[in-house]
Amino acid sequence: MKAYAAIMCCFLHVPLLILALFSVNSSKFTVWEGFSLRWYRAALGDRELLESAANSLIIAVVATLIATAIGTLAAYGLWKRASNVLSSALYMSLVTPEIVTGVSLLALFQWSFRFLHLRLGMHTVILAHVAFSVAYVVVVVMARLRSFDKSLEEAALDLGATEFGAFYRVTLPYLAPAIAAAAMLAFTVSIDDYVITSLVAGVDSQTLPMVIYALARRGVNPMLNAVSTMVVFGLGVMVLVSERLRAK
Amino acid sequence: MKNAFKAPAWLLMVATFFVPMAIIGVYSFLTRGGYGGIERPFTMENYTRLFDPLYGVIFARSVSIAAVATVFCLLLGFPLALFIARSAHKNFWLTLVILPFWTSFLIRLYAWMFLLRDTGLINTLFHTNLPMLYNNGAVILGLVYGYLPFAVLPMYATLERLDNTLLEAAADLGATPLRGLFSVTIPLAMPGIRAAAILTFVPCIGTYLTSDLLGGSKTILIGNLVQNQFTTARDWPFGAAASLVLMGVALGLLFMAKRRGEELL
Amino acid sequence: MNAILELRAVSKHFPTHRAVDNLSLEIPRGAFFSLLGPSGCGKTTTLRMVAGFETPTSGEILLNGARIDHLPPYKRNVNTVFQNYALFPHLTVQGNVEFGKPKKSIQHVLEQVHLTGKESRRPHELSGGERQRVALARSLVMEPDVLLLDEPLSALDPLLRKEVRAELKELQRRVGVTFLFVTHDQEEALELSDQIAVMNRGVVEQIGTPQEIYQQPKTKFVASFLGAMNWIDGAGIRPECLRISSEGVRAVVVNSAFLGPFVHILAQLESGEQVRAQVAPDQAATPGETIFLSWNQRDEKRF
Repeated sequence: MKAYAAIMCCFLHVPLLILALFSVNSSKFTVWEGFSLRWYRAALGDRELLESAANSLIIAVVATLIATAIGTLAAYGLWKRASNVLSSALYMSLVTPEIVTGVSLLALFQWSFRFLHLRLGMHTVILAHVAFSVAYVVVVVMARLRSFDKSLEEAALDLGATEFGAFYRVTLPYLAPAIAAAAMLAFTVSIDDYVITSLVAGVDSQTLPMVIYALARRGVNPMLNAVSTMVVFGLGVMVLVSERLRAK
Repeated sequence: MKNAFKAPAWLLMVATFFVPMAIIGVYSFLTRGGYGGIERPFTMENYTRLFDPLYGVIFARSVSIAAVATVFCLLLGFPLALFIARSAHKNFWLTLVILPFWTSFLIRLYAWMFLLRDTGLINTLFHTNLPMLYNNGAVILGLVYGYLPFAVLPMYATLERLDNTLLEAAADLGATPLRGLFSVTIPLAMPGIRAAAILTFVPCIGTYLTSDLLGGSKTILIGNLVQNQFTTARDWPFGAAASLVLMGVALGLLFMAKRRGEELL
Repeated sequence: MNAILELRAVSKHFPTHRAVDNLSLEIPRGAFFSLLGPSGCGKTTTLRMVAGFETPTSGEILLNGARIDHLPPYKRNVNTVFQNYALFPHLTVQGNVEFGKPKKSIQHVLEQVHLTGKESRRPHELSGGERQRVALARSLVMEPDVLLLDEPLSALDPLLRKEVRAELKELQRRVGVTFLFVTHDQEEALELSDQIAVMNRGVVEQIGTPQEIYQQPKTKFVASFLGAMNWIDGAGIRPECLRISSEGVRAVVVNSAFLGPFVHILAQLESGEQVRAQVAPDQAATPGETIFLSWNQRDEKRF
């Protein structure tokens, strides 16, 4: 049985490991020729890649901050007083196929641009990312809230704190690891998104996934191996840290 | 005061979920305009068009590919879930299985392209010329690779809660380990298996990237159809109708499962 | 030898401790045999080794003269009634009882445990007592050489426990199967058993009939474990053997409780130790009073 589990885990991990291996391949063909970092240098020197990476980071950071704030407050509000409609809406936003979320947001933006005189750009992407990340934050924070002892807040109130004060001084510290974990999760989801972003981004707001997608479609591109390895490694570390925080 | 906590989320949901869905709903009954715009008259044509065999094939393909992928996920995932549930290092194995899923979906698909394409690693390594990419099989492989963790988690959750003494009782009463598996473990794991099936099937029918990258132009699924209508084909009303049908199917399945009391999230 | 089950120098060592140490037992055919001891004494581990869920570190287990310690549970002709009953929740009473012998008629066994008419119920629809009977029926259908019972009464509420105790004894006598019964409740063991093996820290301290164990304990542990025991100047005296008289050991009454058929007195000796006496109602005393305790010397237990 253990052998089976090992094989399955290999199946899950090997493709990415192969990419990592070939990212240091000196040849640009799929034959191993020697160790080289040239593709990393190329990737880090490519303007399009760097710009799109910067865009992605900006979008992810801003969207994560907003989504984490909204999501944490919402989880807390739902914990104090359940709301079937809001819970259902969040759940549905989580399970709706990405393509449907994407086109619906595109439709929303195009329709609203008739009155708002705006165009697709970074701001629409950020809003879209906030929209689909909030549900993830709510799920993570809610899970932590379920193990929170309500009487702690009641004790705070008894000792003279206001409702918001109790939340801020007692509950929030307890939630801190979960909030951090949720933020990392939202960040990961935002950085990687292609489907929704490609629909609502403007011409001058390319994100990293969009560039990766274009490169992947075009054909063999060893630079992509280097980019991929860096991204996967970075995100992998983030996810591990997030899991550690969640487990507390 | 209490509602203030939920207010921003409410606002967000209204603006980015309810309103857009309403807009899509309205569009689905309108008509494609001359320059790809949207005009009246209101019509049911977009929906009836979906019954056309041309699109029927797309729906059928999506359902069958999703079904096959789900079955593979269940078959491959169950033994894995069972192993982890009985293991002494549960968290280690769980993390190992879940980790790839939370890195980049896009890049994971690219990794398979790298392996499977005609000039890819497998063909180069074994000096073969197998066309492994740009077909249904590649899409199924990609889906299983992508959603296997989705299948493992709910089955693991149910198996982990299984009372060990039940298996001891079965052995005590003369059941071999194999019989114990089929007479006790699997029947009691059914809720988890059902949840895994739905949690895998729903994302699979709505998939876009997997079929786009691994399926090439031959494998068009519902997701690709929708994307196409909103970009190249510029027939938003028709795309809207297709999206609503897709969403309806997804929500319908989940609702049915919740009705039967499955704990899905 | 009329022993149906034999354990020869059986040991079970774990990395941290020795659960069972060099244990030898012979269980007679048709007996109600109990393993009695505090939690952690190794009685459950012993039972599990007989059932096949644990493998002995050393020693042999023989059933009807043949070795079974190397066989998996499903190949041994012993069956277990688990502490939590382990009924299959996805099967009905009928499904559960039939599990080991699918083709066999189960009506007879259901009658024996008074469960006729409940065949199509699910475990969660049954009361605690009924569930226990299903577990019994399920094992008895298999016609085991020995029936192993792991504290089967501990999950029941105290009122029910007494009722079920009597029923269990009745059942064993009727069916005639050898019972190997594990419990930490000495009252239970005394009431039900033909023979008791008292265990402590992985070792058997004494084997005997209930009367032998209670009245002629061989070790200090057995004396204290079965019933209450007072230790006065190195001698062990049961509370019911103490009498209030005009001379004897001096003590001051701490508490006196009228319990119906007798009075329970807690008194403190000059040495500071406390003793408990169980005396006739007419021998009551008041707290603070000084009394003299005496006893018959042949009731003393010395080790």
